[in-house]
Amino acid sequence: MRSKYQIWIIAGLLVLTALSIMVYKVKVLGIPLFGDEKRTLYTIESKISFEGTGKGAFISLALPPKQPGFFVENTIAASKDFGFYIAEKDGMKRAEWSRREVKGPQNIYYTLEVIKDPHYKPKLPKPTRFDTESYRDFELADLSEEMAKELIADARLHSKDALTFTAYLIAKFNEKDPGQTVRYILHRYAKDSRKLQDVFMVLLAKAEIDANRIGALRLDAERVQKRLIPMLEVYEGEKRQLFDLKKGPIDKSRDLYIWLWGQGSLLITEGVKKSRIKFDVTRKVLPARQAALTINKEASSLIDFSLFTLPVEAQNTFKRLLLVPIGALVVVLLRLFVGLKTSGTFMPVLLAMAFVQTKLLPGIAMFLLVVSIGLLVRAYLAKLNLLLVARISAVLIVVVGIMVYVAIFSYKLGIQQSITITFFPMIILAWTIERMSILWEEDGPKEVLVQGSGSLIVAIFAYFAMINRTLGYLTYNFPETLLIVLAIIILVGRYSGYRLSELYRFAAFAKRIEGRK
Amino acid sequence: MEWVRPSVLKKLGILGMNGRNVDYIGRYNDRRLYPLVDNKLKTKELALRHGLRVPDLLGSIGSQMEVKKIHEHIPEGEGFVIKPAQGSGGKGILVILSHDGERFTKPSGEVIDLAELKRHVSNTLSGLYSLGGKDDVAVFERLIEFDNVFDGFSYEGVPDVRVIVYRGYPVMAMMRLSTAASDGKANLHQGAVGVGIDIVTGHAINAVQYDRPVTHHPDTAKDLHSLKVPHWEEILSIAAGAYDMTGLGYLGVDVVLDKKRGPMLLELNARPGLAIQIANGEGMLKRFQVIDEVADTPKSPEKRIAYSREKFGK
Repeated sequence: MRSKYQIWIIAGLLVLTALSIMVYKVKVLGIPLFGDEKRTLYTIESKISFEGTGKGAFISLALPPKQPGFFVENTIAASKDFGFYIAEKDGMKRAEWSRREVKGPQNIYYTLEVIKDPHYKPKLPKPTRFDTESYRDFELADLSEEMAKELIADARLHSKDALTFTAYLIAKFNEKDPGQTVRYILHRYAKDSRKLQDVFMVLLAKAEIDANRIGALRLDAERVQKRLIPMLEVYEGEKRQLFDLKKGPIDKSRDLYIWLWGQGSLLITEGVKKSRIKFDVTRKVLPARQAALTINKEASSLIDFSLFTLPVEAQNTFKRLLLVPIGALVVVLLRLFVGLKTSGTFMPVLLAMAFVQTKLLPGIAMFLLVVSIGLLVRAYLAKLNLLLVARISAVLIVVVGIMVYVAIFSYKLGIQQSITITFFPMIILAWTIERMSILWEEDGPKEVLVQGSGSLIVAIFAYFAMINRTLGYLTYNFPETLLIVLAIIILVGRYSGYRLSELYRFAAFAKRIEGRK
Repeated sequence: MEWVRPSVLKKLGILGMNGRNVDYIGRYNDRRLYPLVDNKLKTKELALRHGLRVPDLLGSIGSQMEVKKIHEHIPEGEGFVIKPAQGSGGKGILVILSHDGERFTKPSGEVIDLAELKRHVSNTLSGLYSLGGKDDVAVFERLIEFDNVFDGFSYEGVPDVRVIVYRGYPVMAMMRLSTAASDGKANLHQGAVGVGIDIVTGHAINAVQYDRPVTHHPDTAKDLHSLKVPHWEEILSIAAGAYDMTGLGYLGVDVVLDKKRGPMLLELNARPGLAIQIANGEGMLKRFQVIDEVADTPKSPEKRIAYSREKFGK
């Protein structure tokens, strides 16, 4: 009895381990549970155009911060004859180009390849506390204290924290009849949305609310965008919230990509004129698994020590190898629950593996052909009075010979499939032939038929389990599913009920006993 | 096709293959004890030490080099049997009824020459007939002259009695009669007839071939219900003694009856089949439960036999 509990505990632990690894991989690493999930890859190209003035030129472009939901897979900087480096200012990265002498129109490109992945959660840059001092340079720094105080007092009255404060303020500025103060500010300072952003920044700073300037790109909109959408990021404790200057709070999960974060300017140029920037967004759909692997390549040791790090050829071998336990499970189920007889316990699995390579019908045809020719040859070899090892080796050579001839012959006939015959495990075939002929001698052709067809049926079931795309995807990307298979096999190993075949075997017998009673 | 519901089988106490493997073999047969029964040479030595009669050992061949000296093990002018020491399911057993040193006659009348005999031995040594294909030893035994009472009950072969011994108690018995279909072999799955035998009296109860009921021997037309096994007490005591000898709790004991020497232990089986239930027209599980009530206190073989006969009478 105790061993029975042990088995349940072991099986439970195996399943639990497998499930927790799988949950981690799905939730944290973002490897999708099913192979057909997709991720979108955005290529964001920023193009900076300017005209050289014959003097030394310097161009500095603010680069996007790491942000949840978007993983930067690749960056490409293209600029002819410019010196290029990545600089860091105020915790933010900038791409900087410089050249001693520039004449005429020029283009510089900086391209990002970004994968949209809801599971990607990088560490975010810390918000810096603003002091109004830093706004001295702004034209609107002289925004009158009274006006500011009035607006802040009003917003405070109608809000409970930084987020609702901002939301109220934005709503107020977008009212049809926002009142005299707002109308004055809008008229006096906020001629365009960039200026409006500054107005909000100053107001929030005066209200002692942590906030950040944001310039965002819309990924779902038209391809070419000439400017970033000014937004605000407001902090309340650990929370962060994006605000559109017109619509108020917006959901970050929308297709917004933050390019500009913080106080720096998007583009700073020296020694050039007519500088312009425009963004060009294109999208491409990727299998999610590929995206997850790219994203977590360095991040997770679970992936670093997984099959994915092997060379592609080895990966393909393991892809097949990982299917063997599935085949074994099929054998166990069919033998213990159905009661099919097979010749050799795992011969069907090897057969099924061969079928995976040759395709089912050609595989079966070739198996039957090789085994029957083999049986004939083996019947003749029996007369030569050879020792067992020598005889099996002889059969093996004959099997190789048959394979070669079947391949050549059917190739001449135009049947390409036959060349894959080499995927059959030859030693197994030779042994099968040997076993079958002994069986023939000892138990007669009927038993050969029973065990031979039993093996084939099990092999065909195993084949269908092994070519199942979902199972294949699961075992390859989540090898821990094999622990679940193991748990099932361990549990099934304790099954002491009747087999399907016994319900037939004992039927007449059971009826007789019942009739007697 | 005729089918039966699992609940019916359960109600009738019929033991299935998985139940046998998990609940009985797995629980009562310690793997370490298997070599005692899987190796016929070891079984023989053990039986002799415990004072159980066995067929005479003529000799054994353990290496291909010795195959040349096969003559040393063949009794002059007498029949003999060659068995793989670790064979299973009756595979590789070669019975020779008579010979002149060159030509050997099988029960079927087929004659083979010395070369073929040697090849059989050589195959046996290579492990062709043994469990898992490991190297084996060929055992030569004196042919059993089977008792006249079985005349007409068996066709070209030695009939034997299979007793299932559960935790030392004989629970069920059957006689296995070879037929033309079974090629002189006493294995039910090869087509031998199984006759259920009453544990109390040794009388036939019921007979089956290929799991279906028969009343007469298919080759000799003898009425199978008239079968009565002689020396029945002795057979039961060999069976019960085999438990004390091996310690296996779920054991098949095969006994043959020699005309002159009486019952002899032929071989033991740690994984006896289920067809015995069909031959007896009864499931085994209920009998196991009867034994389970008393088996925890050790008793002498005689007491165990008496208990079985008291409980399992027809």
